[in-house]
Amino acid sequence: MSTNLKKETLATRILGSDGAVSVLVVLLGFLVGTILVGMVGRNPLNMYKAILQALSGYNIDNGRMNVRYIGETLNYSVPFILCGFSMAFAARAGLFNIGGEGQYIMGMTVAQIIGLLGPAVTGLHWILAITGAMVVGAFWGGIVGILKAKFEVSEVVSTIMLNYVALYLSRIISLQLPGATTYKTANYPDTALLNNPFFRTITNNSMLNNGFFLMIIAVVVYWFIMEKTNLGFGLRATGFNREAARCSGIPVVKSIAISMAIAGAFAGLAGGIVALGSFRYGRVLSGMDNYGFNGIAVALVGNNTALGTMLAGALFGLLKNSQALMQSKQIPKEITFIIQGLIVVFIALRAAIALYFAWRSKRQLQKEVLKK
Amino acid sequence: MAEQEAVAEGGVEKMSTLIGMIPSILMIVSPILITAIGGMICEKSGVVNIALEGLMGIGACAAASAHVLMEAAGVGMPSIWLSLGIGALIGATFSAIHAVAAINLNADQTISGTGINLLADGVTIFAAQILFRADRTREFRMGMQTDALGIYPTAYIALAVVAIAWFVLYKLPFGMHLRACGEHPHAADSVGINVKKIRYIAVLSSGLLAGLAGGCIVLTQTIQYTSNTINGRGFIALAAVSFGRWRPAGVAFAAFLFGTAQAFAIIANNFPALRVLPTEVFNILPYVVTLVALVMFSGKNYAPRANGKPYIKGAS
Repeated sequence: MSTNLKKETLATRILGSDGAVSVLVVLLGFLVGTILVGMVGRNPLNMYKAILQALSGYNIDNGRMNVRYIGETLNYSVPFILCGFSMAFAARAGLFNIGGEGQYIMGMTVAQIIGLLGPAVTGLHWILAITGAMVVGAFWGGIVGILKAKFEVSEVVSTIMLNYVALYLSRIISLQLPGATTYKTANYPDTALLNNPFFRTITNNSMLNNGFFLMIIAVVVYWFIMEKTNLGFGLRATGFNREAARCSGIPVVKSIAISMAIAGAFAGLAGGIVALGSFRYGRVLSGMDNYGFNGIAVALVGNNTALGTMLAGALFGLLKNSQALMQSKQIPKEITFIIQGLIVVFIALRAAIALYFAWRSKRQLQKEVLKK
Repeated sequence: MAEQEAVAEGGVEKMSTLIGMIPSILMIVSPILITAIGGMICEKSGVVNIALEGLMGIGACAAASAHVLMEAAGVGMPSIWLSLGIGALIGATFSAIHAVAAINLNADQTISGTGINLLADGVTIFAAQILFRADRTREFRMGMQTDALGIYPTAYIALAVVAIAWFVLYKLPFGMHLRACGEHPHAADSVGINVKKIRYIAVLSSGLLAGLAGGCIVLTQTIQYTSNTINGRGFIALAAVSFGRWRPAGVAFAAFLFGTAQAFAIIANNFPALRVLPTEVFNILPYVVTLVALVMFSGKNYAPRANGKPYIKGAS
């Protein structure tokens, strides 16, 4: 009897904690993914070998170590984390920002324009390009906020529309840039690049760059705004209960527009960092990079907190970096997309936990009533 | 490939006339229309389905794979129709995830839809890697054939879907019940309508139609499924539902408008006057038009009132 009670309290504690549920959801995603790999006749162990190598650089098959993998994992994590903040920031204000992808693309495009055409002054050039990326990202997100606040246009629909507007607009613009072919532009001058020779040396020539620092700053800024400022308090209050926020004198319309703009700035920053950090040339996109869409999953797994989103983004970066390794070990790399998709589906199914609690308390009440 | 052939054929016969374009416009409009009608039915019952894009992909991949395998096995012409059916069924199966999450578990419908969209990216190409050892399905030799007018049967399927949807939604008691579930589920429940059952039927039919439409795309417009086959058409269909104000005729008009814009993006090269514009302008059109329309009609809300809200019995 007493052990039974203990078990129940443990289960209750796990299901009651957001962080523990996220871990559970991720594990469940991996579990189903592992079963799927096994079902199609491949060895799931190879999948974990690939993930281990992407995480630590250690190749378990031949015992060799290559720190480049660590650098690449960190570099891949940066846009996931920033796009996660884009989703998370809006979510804290009660908005569902599917537009991270569009804001990311616009940021990338403007960084490419400034990278190719801006003043090639050391130190100034890339700062200008990154700032431009953030400003245009904020603009792209801000439109959504204004449409939502002023015209009551659902942010879900408008962000999806703006994602595709951004994609094709980016193509139109990038095709006009110097040296543009059907898929790339001319190389950037060195002053536009984010590369960091020190990182390069210690990670055996990985693409890890100064974008990593920018991401760390963004994490701190996100945490600070959300937890320590009046603005963050107003946003969260708006998210919890719009009417109550309005009644306590918080400017709800302004809050919504500002939160979408800041959300957009995070995704725009991600676009700028990828454009100038991971590539030496501007790209003419033929499809989405999907960092923005995956940012939704990242924020959901991270429960919209600064630390949680950072960890979830690192997990997604790790999965992305292990794709090529998986493919070389006969594991279709799309298993990582499946795991990511499953994680989001399980998060949606997480609503069942609330139903379970309601059902249990009802049963308990019934028991008590019957006892009497 | 097939789309270019169709365009080229049209081009040879009637280079400069718009009439020659009608078959290719219909080819592109049909799947968007079929998906949009499915999305409309779903939203009419009170469940938002942003997974249309992913469900189309799953249907397209299933239909393409089934057709390749059956073609190799020597099934012949019925293979096309069987593949379409398989695509539709698989689409419906995957939409069941959304149904369980949205209807039974009161989950956030946007999250569950996003999950299915992400999942579809993985599942489709994963299946192709297992079946064909490549990141796309193997090419099939013979796609769907056009009739004497040069029109693909998908156009007639789309027409039938619109007509049936209109008839069921507005002429049968079941349709009235379905719309009631989207407007005021508590009222519907109080007169003995099974809200959960009706919403299940609506979500599964949207999955069925999206899967069917995916099959239509792959069998008329290309020769294999790749990660680029759907390319936002599911989201265009979603836009068509809003722009068409949740009415069959309106949705059909919107789908036709957006599909035509898509067609222009592909065939604009045939028209010297249009060649000065980047083809991307036509690609952008559906999205911008929808945004503008949503702003212009913002005063009145045409969406079903309980759209996207989980139905919790007893709560009000």
